[in-house]
Amino acid sequence: MSARIGIVVFPGSNCEQDVLRATSALGAEPSYVWHADVELPDVDIVVLPGGFAHGDYLRTGAIARFSPIMDAVARHAELGGLVIGICNGFQVLCEAGLLPGALRKNAGLKFLCKWVDVSVENANTPFTSRAQAGQVLHIPINHFEGNYYCEAHELAAMKAKGQVVLRYTDDPNGSIDAIAGIANEDFTIFGLMPHPERACESLLGSEDGALIFSSMLDHVAKSVPV
Amino acid sequence: MSYVASVNVMLKEGIADPQGLTIQRALPALGFDGVGDVRVGKRIVLKVEAANPDDARERVEKMCQRLLSNPVIESFEVVVE
Repeated sequence: MSARIGIVVFPGSNCEQDVLRATSALGAEPSYVWHADVELPDVDIVVLPGGFAHGDYLRTGAIARFSPIMDAVARHAELGGLVIGICNGFQVLCEAGLLPGALRKNAGLKFLCKWVDVSVENANTPFTSRAQAGQVLHIPINHFEGNYYCEAHELAAMKAKGQVVLRYTDDPNGSIDAIAGIANEDFTIFGLMPHPERACESLLGSEDGALIFSSMLDHVAKSVPV
Repeated sequence: MSYVASVNVMLKEGIADPQGLTIQRALPALGFDGVGDVRVGKRIVLKVEAANPDDARERVEKMCQRLLSNPVIESFEVVVE
């Protein structure tokens, strides 16, 4: 059975179609979930896609965290389901307190839209199992607020548990410890600023992003009895 | 009673403020020397119904903790008139 993916669409999301295309090409069954719904359909993986949810008013992700679907997203992860937040989705997860820290304006105040290299710091997660530890992935970024921050003791705790999953090889935005992607303690929730859905076809310049989605699909295939 | 509250939200001390830094670098170009520690925040003004000023302040502080600021990186200050 192929993995069912729910892609949450907020007013202002703009990467949901890219995620739909990338994950269906990998054999998954993706569908859209409206942010105002209170229940998720029967899905294995939840994706919070990139964009500008609720216009990013006040702060990025600040209003989206109160969207009715977010309680169901938190419950999905509590029950062991996977959640991935990409770019704006990462910002929403931090605002919701589902991931530690926050994303500030980029150092240098430039909107960054370019290809970057990120190294896989922990390949023993449901999000990176298809990659090798230390493998460098070529994936684009597209953000103004990607400058990750958390307090020193939180960073130490995350490093000790392997929650720092992706780091930039050349920090583009001022993130603490060059962090590009982190997981929660249970490794059910993953947030990252780069856009893996835009790096799933060689025609687009890289297929490295597919490793992340394939890892998640592997995890689902392993956990669901056939 | 109706009270007007203003909320000042600032990045916490010690957290780099790229907007403040950019302004600080721009000022000397206009001849304004001797300027340092420029920090940029936002001011939110709202009208609240409350029994008294303390009650109004308490309500607005709760709003700050839940929505108006991000306690991870920002601090806030509430002034009730």
